[in-house]
Amino acid sequence: MLTEIANPKIRIEHVSYAYDGEMVLRDVTLDVPANAVTAFFGPAGGGKTTLLRLINRLNDLVDGTQMTGRISLDGQDVYALGVNIPQLRRRVGMVFALPLPLPGTIRENVLYGPRLAGERDRSRLEEIVVRSLRQAALWDEVRDRLDGPASALSGGQQQRLCIARSLALEPEVLLLDEPTSGLDPISTGKVEESLLELKQHYTIIIVPHSVQQAARVADHAAFILMGDLIEYQPGKKIFTTPRDKRTEDYVTGRFG
Amino acid sequence: MRKGSMSGWGEFVVETLVRVAGFSAIGFVLLIFLFLLREGVPAFFEVVPGNLFGTRWYPTFDLFGTLPLVLGSLLITITAIVIALPLGVATAVFVREVAPNWAREILKPMIEVLAGIPSVVLGFFGMTLVAPFVRQVFGAPTGLTAFTGALILAYMALPTLISVAEDALDAVPRSYRDAALAMGATQWQTIWRVVVPAARSGIVTAVLLGMGRAIGETMAVMMVTGNAARMPLTLDSLFRPIRTMTATIAAEMGEVAQGSTHYHALFGIGIILFVLTFVINLTAASALFQKRRRGGLR
Ligand SMILES: Nc1ncnc2c1ncn2[C@@H]1O[C@H](COP(=O)(O)OP(=O)(O)OP(=O)(O)O)[C@@H](O)[C@H]1O
Ligand SMILES: [Mg+2]
Repeated sequence: MLTEIANPKIRIEHVSYAYDGEMVLRDVTLDVPANAVTAFFGPAGGGKTTLLRLINRLNDLVDGTQMTGRISLDGQDVYALGVNIPQLRRRVGMVFALPLPLPGTIRENVLYGPRLAGERDRSRLEEIVVRSLRQAALWDEVRDRLDGPASALSGGQQQRLCIARSLALEPEVLLLDEPTSGLDPISTGKVEESLLELKQHYTIIIVPHSVQQAARVADHAAFILMGDLIEYQPGKKIFTTPRDKRTEDYVTGRFG
Repeated sequence: MRKGSMSGWGEFVVETLVRVAGFSAIGFVLLIFLFLLREGVPAFFEVVPGNLFGTRWYPTFDLFGTLPLVLGSLLITITAIVIALPLGVATAVFVREVAPNWAREILKPMIEVLAGIPSVVLGFFGMTLVAPFVRQVFGAPTGLTAFTGALILAYMALPTLISVAEDALDAVPRSYRDAALAMGATQWQTIWRVVVPAARSGIVTAVLLGMGRAIGETMAVMMVTGNAARMPLTLDSLFRPIRTMTATIAAEMGEVAQGSTHYHALFGIGIILFVLTFVINLTAASALFQKRRRGGLR
């Protein structure tokens, strides 16, 4: 099984994790290459979301959890003492399963992160709005109503707005947790299309909402089953020639 | 008799009971309001408007100017809210967002106990401790001032304000916090720029409920404000005695001749108070309504 590559963007080593004493990840080790789309897929409750949230330390505020192992970004342990957590989260953006525009206009939503980070320069902010919305394939649809309420957008547009919001911070890594779970096929197609564009500049980890989506967008894919990393292969081989029986059963739709 | 019709009967009885209870609650409020109108409206005919909305309240000389009383009530209510709002929101934020679990378990019941302190006890506390303090610190001629009343009122409004604001913070979905944190917000930025603004309408409701409680408060206010019916127009009015609508009604109702102009005037004050509270509550309700219509929070 491929777990180690040269110069990975993210390296996950022997990570185990428990909520209130209940193990949800067991000794997960894998490397995530830069400028590619890596998919974590598997049945519900397997720990995929948890693994994503460990990378940007979003689970820090959850009580009663236990973690062992190491996660590093560009070789730096993200859980080391003295790590600037807000800065880490600006480098590792995240988009959640449910699109959640913050109260306010489309423009305000895109600029939330940069403003929190202290960006005040007007022309710079304007530039960020245009660039982020373009990258998220939303610009053409909203260019005329940037100052309209974000909540008036359709579900698919809201999800792309959330992607734009993450991109506004120019992260290095983008974590996408089922970004198209609530979307119609056309919006899903648009989001997937923008991924192809984005991976040239970003390292992307996606939890797809179906095996089919994983097969469509992933450059590499890892199968996670109830807290265990079963199989991780480069390219799309995992979908055509899985090595593990359990992976095969899952991708051929025999369970899950 | 079939089982179905049995439960149909039970349902009918329960439904009727609930309906009667509901309507009678509304009915009683209406009755109170009608009574208030019957006793108070004559004042608006017996006293010329120039007098009724004048600046001097001396019933013995047939002067029924309600303006100093209305302004007195508003002055201490608004001052109380200005004091209580930042304290209450900060406390709610601390209890809900910052305090560790064990501290929250201790603080919450303590705050609820505060709400249960009888107002006469607070008035006593105000007279013996707060008033001398105000006199010394602010150099007022007497400690029984509008400011003393506002402090006591702020204290009384706090428990309601805190628990309603806390519920509002609690109702902000976990995902809002996650979204903010994921964009690199610090814990403070998350609280002040995302969670509190998202809970804004709930906090407005908390303030209005606190105001409604404060403006109707009588006993404690009567004990600590000095009860001089003067116009609070100068800058130092806050540190001078004042008289509220509630204190006037409570103090004078006992010795007034039923049916006299003075009697009607006191009920007239009651109507003004009722209308003010009604407007405040209506604003609170419409704040809630607007939030729902905008679909701001999910
Ligand atoms: N905050 C939490 N507190 C306690 N247990 C949790 C928490 N979050 C997740 N879990 C548990 O951890 C396990 C893994 O959850 P996780 O959300 O990571 O799975 P997932 O693979 O993302 O599932 P899905 O495909 O349904 O999104 C589940 O059993 C879940 O109940
Ligand atoms: Mg998940």
